Amino acid sequence: MRRNISIKYSLDWTVVGIYLFLVVFGWLNIYGASYDFDQSSIFDFNNRAGKQFVWVLTAFGLAGVILLLDSRLYNYFAYVFYALVILLLIATIFLATDVKGSRSWLVFGPVSFQPAELAKTATALALARFMGAYNFRIKGWKDLIPLGIIVFIPFILIVLQKETGSALVFLAFTLMFYREGMNGIVLLLGVLAVILFVLSIGFSEVVIQENSGTLGMVLAMFVILIIQYVYAFFFSNHKREASWLLLGVIAIAGISYLLNIWLPIDYDYVAIGTVFASAVYWLVVSRLKHFKGYAAIFWISLCSILFCYSADYLFENVLEPHQQKRIKVLLNMEQDLRGAGYNVNQSKIAIGSGGLFGKGYLNGTQTKLKYVPEQDTDFIFCTVGEEWGFVGSSVLILIYMWLLLRILQIANRQNNTFNRVYGYCVASVFFFHLMINIGMVIGLMPVIGIPLPFLSYGGSSLWSFTLMLFILLRLDAARKM
Amino acid sequence: MSNDKLQNRGTVIAIIMVVLIFIYILRLFSLQILEDKYKKGAASNAFLNKTIFPPRGLIYDRNDTLLVYNKPAYDIVFINREIQNLDTNSFCNDLNISKSDFDERMKEVKNRDKNPSYSSLTPQIFMTQLEIQDVAAIQQSMYKYSGFYIQTRTLREYRYTAGGHVLGSIGEVTPSILEKDDYYNPGDYTGRDGLEYTYEKDLRGEKGMEILLRDARGRIKGKYENGAKDVAPKAGTDLRTTIDIKLQILGEKLLAGKVGSAVAIEPNTGEILAMVSNPTFDPSILVGRQRSANYYKLINDPLKPLYNRSTQATYSPGSTFKSFQALVGLELGGITPSTKFLCSGRGSSPIRCSHSHGSSITLLNAIEQSCNPYFWHTFRQTVEKTGYGHKNENFKKSYDAWRDLTMDFGFGHRFDDTDIYQQSAGNIPSSEFFSKMYGETGWRALTIRSLSIGQGEITVTPLQLANATAVVANKGYYITPHLNKSDSMLTHRHELPIDKEYFDIVDEGMWRVNEFGTARRYKIPGIVVCGKTGTVENNRGKDHAFFIGYAPRENPKIAIAVVVENAGFGSTWAAPIASFMMEQYLLKSISREAEVEEYSKRVTNPNAKKY
Repeated sequence: MRRNISIKYSLDWTVVGIYLFLVVFGWLNIYGASYDFDQSSIFDFNNRAGKQFVWVLTAFGLAGVILLLDSRLYNYFAYVFYALVILLLIATIFLATDVKGSRSWLVFGPVSFQPAELAKTATALALARFMGAYNFRIKGWKDLIPLGIIVFIPFILIVLQKETGSALVFLAFTLMFYREGMNGIVLLLGVLAVILFVLSIGFSEVVIQENSGTLGMVLAMFVILIIQYVYAFFFSNHKREASWLLLGVIAIAGISYLLNIWLPIDYDYVAIGTVFASAVYWLVVSRLKHFKGYAAIFWISLCSILFCYSADYLFENVLEPHQQKRIKVLLNMEQDLRGAGYNVNQSKIAIGSGGLFGKGYLNGTQTKLKYVPEQDTDFIFCTVGEEWGFVGSSVLILIYMWLLLRILQIANRQNNTFNRVYGYCVASVFFFHLMINIGMVIGLMPVIGIPLPFLSYGGSSLWSFTLMLFILLRLDAARKM
Repeated sequence: MSNDKLQNRGTVIAIIMVVLIFIYILRLFSLQILEDKYKKGAASNAFLNKTIFPPRGLIYDRNDTLLVYNKPAYDIVFINREIQNLDTNSFCNDLNISKSDFDERMKEVKNRDKNPSYSSLTPQIFMTQLEIQDVAAIQQSMYKYSGFYIQTRTLREYRYTAGGHVLGSIGEVTPSILEKDDYYNPGDYTGRDGLEYTYEKDLRGEKGMEILLRDARGRIKGKYENGAKDVAPKAGTDLRTTIDIKLQILGEKLLAGKVGSAVAIEPNTGEILAMVSNPTFDPSILVGRQRSANYYKLINDPLKPLYNRSTQATYSPGSTFKSFQALVGLELGGITPSTKFLCSGRGSSPIRCSHSHGSSITLLNAIEQSCNPYFWHTFRQTVEKTGYGHKNENFKKSYDAWRDLTMDFGFGHRFDDTDIYQQSAGNIPSSEFFSKMYGETGWRALTIRSLSIGQGEITVTPLQLANATAVVANKGYYITPHLNKSDSMLTHRHELPIDKEYFDIVDEGMWRVNEFGTARRYKIPGIVVCGKTGTVENNRGKDHAFFIGYAPRENPKIAIAVVVENAGFGSTWAAPIASFMMEQYLLKSISREAEVEEYSKRVTNPNAKKY
């Protein structure tokens, strides 16, 4: 009895309140999204709102159970839980039935369940357990290897289930790694990779001149040169060396442009050659000045060249055709409004037509008339956008932000590494879901089918997010007890 | 703890989150507030604006006999984006067309050169103007062909086969009409000629609009806001024409087998009672899907059945012109009511007389006997009244006065203030024309002597001739001839500056023509008729037969002009038509039925058929 009373006082009720709001708001919008002109009750178990009602009630039950259990259980059983989930993921590959090309759903009679959702929580617990070990600290690359393996195993298993979107969620853990000491350069390199990829793919079909290279490659190389120059000029204060380099680059550009009048030159190779030459130049400078930073610049430049050079190949051979299309649509390389671009175009129409205050609950024409596919699951946000308008949808996003900041606050106030790491995992995963899901719906991200936490229809995701959040709340509550 | 060093990294993560979230909110702001195209996209997605076509106005004759009404017709339309898994074979079977017809039509619709407003999102016409039996088969299986719809509208139906030229027809709008008038959408119908064209804006009414909700698969999900935003169609206004359909039918019957026309006008109102032109066509053949095939046939007939001879054909009026010439000569002082001229019959110079009568001859007799020399002298004295003068100036001035007064009868120009579709101006040549032809001083009365007997460069339309006859019947004015009975044109009164007593003389002369002269064989029992025949040589075979006349002599109710091309004497070919038509109109029946039957069977041109 004493423990129950103390939970009541030590629980973070703010988060619980936000959680309740999001779940109920999601349920109402699922009713809105699946609402037809032949309306049925929100409690009709034949439609999705009715089913979601069951999921919501069971999720509340789950939350209650989590809060009742001893908080030490999660630390203690973290590896066991992780191992069980891994086994489940392996089993799923073989047992799952094919649902729209994905083999990630286990079906038990009327209920189906996606183990990949559980894997996020399990991995977060396993990482927290590993990093919470008495003597563990991220000091260099070597320390990241076991962490990488913990993340990679579920990641690859989920990829094998053809759920690339869910697998990508595991990238979110890098945010937590950064917090725990991973070199920030990794995040920056990630951003650089995205920029180079967007440039070299996005402009790969823009030709500067007949048979003389693509704008994409030249732009990408230009970005690398700028990085080299800015690093040397502003951060390392080698202004003379940087100026010489600038002069050389301008000379090469000028000569190749003039030369092009007589014999056609592939600008791609000129750009790559220039960047390579300047990378070597910095390597030499680094030896002469005994300045290690430039060696890093050399390696980054070299890797970037290789990355850009192979980006096309990776894009065409590693990505599935539908994934290529989604990226092309995002980068405006293809319209295809009836095919790959249909979802995003329709969701933008639905959201855009909402205006400032929206059309009102249950009054959205686009959602009612089923223009947006998956509008109660991955595209639930466009129902919000259409019916609640700019005011409603941005308030919803701000509420998510509140939740995220609150979770970070909780994580920061933990006095043991296990709890803190787990808290950052929760924040990172939620943030990743939020960015990818809403980004996809408003056309800032490629279409990656992952749910919006607490709003999207579906028991697996609601359970898994509830599980994730309430374990954190339980851990936090224990801190005060 | 070492973690404290990393504490600020938590802040960095929080900042990254906040910044990205605000970027997303900015994006939402631009999507939802700044950009308009998504709202439009939503409207074109979800709203199907279904046009409701109003019933077109009906057309009645002057006695409120219904002439033109509507019958339902069906269009097959499609929205390309909504077509899914179309079973082309069964679709073509149901519509009774071939697969290649289907492909060709689809190609045609999607060709933006031919169909500039093509869009895969809006309804496009696949087949148009189908009758109920054509769509019966497909109507039942329409649900199978998503993206295809049946659209109901109306086609014209005619109670009589007469009056094609007057009534006109409706057809699909042309690209040029679409450009000028944004009321129309591609595939809409519009009046293309005749009254249907002139009164298009009244007859068409106003289209209505039904706003339906359409789901992503193109299924209709009911009315938007329960029809609160719908617009009801406004029916077209009915039109009452001045035509007497019985008179029109009789006219067409009489002209059968001949090429020519007859125009009848009520003199004191300017209302056109009948406007007959042969060869002609049944207006109902230009309705529906047969329209283009029949139109093609009509346009290719060398006798031009689509050509409305009553208003478009121009002829030299010949002797019928003498009635008007007498008035012009009297008014301008070329002659007086008592002027006599000598006539040497066939030996007359410079113009021979084709009739034998005594000499010298008075005006009354000259009209009765259609004496050419008398009217040559009249013309000569009119235009030479003040001599030729320096550089022909006086002569030209006199000629211009003659021309102006002649044109006051309605000759040489179109009636601008009327609803008659497609008129020719005809020609009363100007002095500039002759000066150009012969030199300023190179032409004299003698040069243009043919004008005196309505030949030479003078050309008139049958409508103008009938109108000028109405001037004589009215003794000095005409009301612009027109076809809309509801629109009183009495303010469009054109007074001629001719002394009324002169009209009495011409009236007397024209009475004599019918009593004792060239038209005496076709008297109407109980009605006193005034008239004038004409027989005009031309370079295409037999003479054109002319007759103008009005009746009854006191307070005339009908003025008429008849032209029968290449038939022979006006007295034998044109006069009877006028006589029968006047009887029909004045007595509402025909006493000489045998004669009518006999006459209508006469053929001058075996190719002149009615389509």
